[in-house]
Amino acid sequence: MSSFLSNIFKRRSSAPVARDRLQILLAHERISVGDGKDDLLAQLHREIMEVIKRHVAVDQDKVQIKLDRGAQYSTLEIDVEVPGLTDGKPAAPAKPAPDKTKAKPA
Amino acid sequence: MSKVLVVTSGKGGVGKTTTTAALGAALAKGGQSVVLVDFDVGLRNLDLVMGAERRVVFDLINVIQGDANLAQALIKDKRVDNLSLLPASQTRDKDALTSEGVAKVIDDLRKKFDWVICDSPAGIERGAQMAMYHADVAVIVTNPEVSSVRDSDRIIGMLDSTTAKAKKGEKLEKHLLITRYDPQRAAKGDMLGTDDVLDILSIPLLGIIPESGDVLRASNVGAPVTIAEPDSAPARAYTDAARRLNGEKLEVTIPTERKGLFDWLFKRRVA
Repeated sequence: MSSFLSNIFKRRSSAPVARDRLQILLAHERISVGDGKDDLLAQLHREIMEVIKRHVAVDQDKVQIKLDRGAQYSTLEIDVEVPGLTDGKPAAPAKPAPDKTKAKPA
Repeated sequence: MSKVLVVTSGKGGVGKTTTTAALGAALAKGGQSVVLVDFDVGLRNLDLVMGAERRVVFDLINVIQGDANLAQALIKDKRVDNLSLLPASQTRDKDALTSEGVAKVIDDLRKKFDWVICDSPAGIERGAQMAMYHADVAVIVTNPEVSSVRDSDRIIGMLDSTTAKAKKGEKLEKHLLITRYDPQRAAKGDMLGTDDVLDILSIPLLGIIPESGDVLRASNVGAPVTIAEPDSAPARAYTDAARRLNGEKLEVTIPTERKGLFDWLFKRRVA
């Protein structure tokens, strides 16, 4: 009976959740699938990586990318482990510690 | 030891993706490490059913083509430890799914996970063949309905002839999972009975999943039914099926008329 009661009191309808999820997903997907071009986040991701690679040798295993596509804003988190200064040469114009680049397009 | 499991059916819409998510989550909740691999290139949906659609950066094809490594492409589930997802590509075509590439990815996943669960696309073409090729175990998802049973028979034939195990002359472990079972229609005699389906396909039964609104609600909110509604009838049926995959001997119960006082009173006996 407990599950029956909790069903009545706790359960919110799930269809609105489904609708919201689909709207967010499709808004992003129509752009990327529609004309074969990357959406803004994918493009940012690619170009940011290109810039970083221009300055440092990036080890693929030391790169973490997290993405969260939202309705109001999305978060693209690129976490690159940049090697520290070696033989006195100025390495990259970046912090020696993991560097976080966040992009928040509207 | 690590096992590769393919969830397949031939026919579309019978519940492969739902089953992949629910079985995977049940196995992970049992303490084993699990990865779900979506092979439906071009029409991925496992990410959506798992609620990870907003977090996809890389996919299976990216890994195969070397644009990303496995660790970057795997999406960890936020609710259950030891559960990860490798999404399919949404945009690229199936030809990118090369035999060598898939073999390498499956091989690498075997080293990391106890269960590698491959969600097959519908049909019998490249994607479906790639999904089943490396399987040690197959779960054939069937609805008690003529076209689904026919297509399952076809798929069983393919499992016995075109997979790596079959080519080595080894036996691939096959299990039948009946989904969308409607007790009311069964009671009226308007649905193929479990016995009939088992008789025709003659492979061992892994479980019977009742048709249920809980499954739809779970996919609406983006969670496997075994996580979203763990006490529901379909979740219990999936959890039992997962235990049977691990070799436990549990009797399969045929779902009875659903949710009522009667059902509640006999819940213990049914479960």
